[in-house]
Amino acid sequence: MYKLLLCWRYLRTRWIALASIVSVTLGVATLIVVNSVMDGFTEEMHNRIHGILSDLVVESHSTGGITDSKWFEDQIRGTLGDRLEGLTTVVAVPAMLNFSFNGSNHTQQINLIGIDQSSYASVSDFSQYLMHPENQKRIDFLLKDDGYAPDRPAFPESGWNYRRDMARLRKEIDRETERNRELRQQLKGNEVGQLSLTEKDSKTTIGGMSASSGSESPTATEQSSTDVATSDLMMAGPSISSPSSDAAAKAHYFDSETDVHAGIVIGISIGSMRYRDPQGDVKDLFFIRPGDDVTIAMPGAGSPPRAIDESFTVVDFYESKMSEYDSTFAFVPLERLQKIRGMIDPTTGKKSVTSIQMKLRPGVNLAKARDDLRAVFPPDQTMVHVQSWRDSQGPLLAAVQLETTLLNILLFMIIAVAGFGILATFFMIVVEKTRDIGVLKSLGAPGSGIASIFLTYGLLLGIVGSGAGVLLGMLFIWKINTIAALIETVTGREVFDPTVYYFSEIPTITHPAMVVWVIIGSVLVAVLASVLPSIRAARMHPVQALRYE
Amino acid sequence: MSTLNTISGRPNVGSEFDSPTRLRVVAFPTNETVTGRTMLQAQGLYKTYKKNHVSVPVLKGVDFAAEQGKMTAIIGQSGSGKSTLLHLLATLDRPDQGEVHFDGRRIDHLPRKSRDLFRNQRLGMIFQFYHLLPELSTIENVLAPIMIGRSMISYLMNRRSIQNHAKELLERVGLGHRLHHKPSELSGGEMQRTAIARALVTNPDILLADEPTGNLDQETGTGILEILQELNREQGLTIVMVTHDEYIAKKCDAVVRLSKGRVESVS
Repeated sequence: MYKLLLCWRYLRTRWIALASIVSVTLGVATLIVVNSVMDGFTEEMHNRIHGILSDLVVESHSTGGITDSKWFEDQIRGTLGDRLEGLTTVVAVPAMLNFSFNGSNHTQQINLIGIDQSSYASVSDFSQYLMHPENQKRIDFLLKDDGYAPDRPAFPESGWNYRRDMARLRKEIDRETERNRELRQQLKGNEVGQLSLTEKDSKTTIGGMSASSGSESPTATEQSSTDVATSDLMMAGPSISSPSSDAAAKAHYFDSETDVHAGIVIGISIGSMRYRDPQGDVKDLFFIRPGDDVTIAMPGAGSPPRAIDESFTVVDFYESKMSEYDSTFAFVPLERLQKIRGMIDPTTGKKSVTSIQMKLRPGVNLAKARDDLRAVFPPDQTMVHVQSWRDSQGPLLAAVQLETTLLNILLFMIIAVAGFGILATFFMIVVEKTRDIGVLKSLGAPGSGIASIFLTYGLLLGIVGSGAGVLLGMLFIWKINTIAALIETVTGREVFDPTVYYFSEIPTITHPAMVVWVIIGSVLVAVLASVLPSIRAARMHPVQALRYE
Repeated sequence: MSTLNTISGRPNVGSEFDSPTRLRVVAFPTNETVTGRTMLQAQGLYKTYKKNHVSVPVLKGVDFAAEQGKMTAIIGQSGSGKSTLLHLLATLDRPDQGEVHFDGRRIDHLPRKSRDLFRNQRLGMIFQFYHLLPELSTIENVLAPIMIGRSMISYLMNRRSIQNHAKELLERVGLGHRLHHKPSELSGGEMQRTAIARALVTNPDILLADEPTGNLDQETGTGILEILQELNREQGLTIVMVTHDEYIAKKCDAVVRLSKGRVESVS
């Protein structure tokens, strides 16, 4: 009883001890904030990756892909049974995307993926990353009139209306160019006429009449030459805006005001660039918009693979906020891709795919399902590779895990350092309390009782310190975005750069178990730090302690 | 009176000091004065303190006896070893040689735990510098020995009666109005009176006082002395008092005179 009473009194009267645990408080707060932010990031990333990738993938790396996909599908259904929630077939090929922007051609390496519109949504969150609200419901690879990304005011005008306007504008430019040339020719003719006019003008006043009639003739002669130029322009003109239409133009003229190519959904980073304007605001520059045409070159399925090129019209953007995917993924309808690449057997009509993606029911053991499939498809016989989404993102997830672990160790070191501060302070307090310890001993208090006063004191300080730390950390997490903004305004330096991270806000998740462990750890440090001083107090000789001045 | 009996009942103390055959002196309510029996006794005590490799012999074979119900004074010059003798009698320290007996039992060689218990249950101590705990209020200081001696549950169960007992004691020493003051707010005399109440709260058989008036002015000192005399007279409390004041020694029943670590005379 006296132990608790004295502890409580010491806690309330010794401010120096409270100062010594401020470091514990700060350590605990930092640990909680760092862990919450890291967990938030990890969770966000997990969700993203998991949303993009299906649970399980059976993939073939051969150019022709899996020729007998039906057999594989049946095997998978037979093996997984109830565990399977969705299944889709996919063709993925490395490809090159070509587009023109500001009159110059750009080529980018992409990962072209042919997806089955109806079943692809059952294995991944693909459609929720699209811009157009209708496409988010269901993707049909058709160009919409407008209404892309209604929640983003900065999103440029796109869609059919944009395409039509652009096509009209191009035609206008062409006409204007033509007229310009005409006028220039006229001007050339005029200069000749002008010369004769001035000659005549000096002689007669009605020469003006003859001059005007004279200028008529060069215009007439020019007419035929401009006709040739216009048709030249017609041939060359579309190739600036869409270089693909050369071939189409030979057969029948491809009018981009009324015609579209097959639809393609491209990753938003392929078609845009995020940058910072001189004012420091983050802006997006779009090279391609829905409604523009792109050309894609890809290897055919035959042997040896030949490059095939095909034009597509961008119908939407895909933004998963994972830069790796946003800068490489492009989606086209599966059948179209199979047709282009020659993946449909002309005799049997069997369609090849490169991978089969699966979604499992919630709560199903992922690793178990993967191992079951691996047993059914031995890699040496079937030449396919079975992977879970965790396997394919293993290195990334492991790196984040390592980062979190290292940070935890480092931050716990801070608390351990704080422990030494407590140790020193406690020694001071024990020395200061020498006489009182002597008094307690003369009153019959055992050494263990004296020791437990200081141990309990350490425990209480640890609880108070880590409790304050938890509160501080929680407060920090609660207001983390405000704090980040405040730091930005004070230091002028971006804390959370949206051009690097795709999150507009810092994601945080606070696991109660983590908080509990942090508290246990820091309280333990405080108690351990008070062990030595308490032993010293317990061993004090009562007579010497009483005589201590 | 029943309240006090509950307190002195000490249900959870199972020490060898609690044998039922032993004659208990209940401090407050009784007027019985069993005198003549030796309560505290020491034989051939030697104690040497070592300081920086220099041995300082303090006690060189001291015999001492305090009779039950009497006031015994230990008097001597400073450095004569009177405080050391008191510490040995109080089992705060161990003699190098010799024995200390309490109520017919040897106590100096007991294990630490039993000595702690002995000090807590049978012994009251007051000091020259009062030695109150500065963080605790007057009444909490008085209650400290009971809190030490009892488990928390037993303390909380009997809290009311224990607190009443402490209050009674404080009223008795004239501090009924100062229950919740901190020692820093008390005068020297008040602090010493608090210390007396603290020493008596466990109803000890013997009170050891180390120059209780040494730090007080004449008048206050006399007041303290009167309280001790009254306790001795009315409750038959055995008191051993260390002093260097001949005037105080004269008021005691027996005087043991120490000089240079040896007993000079006993009167």
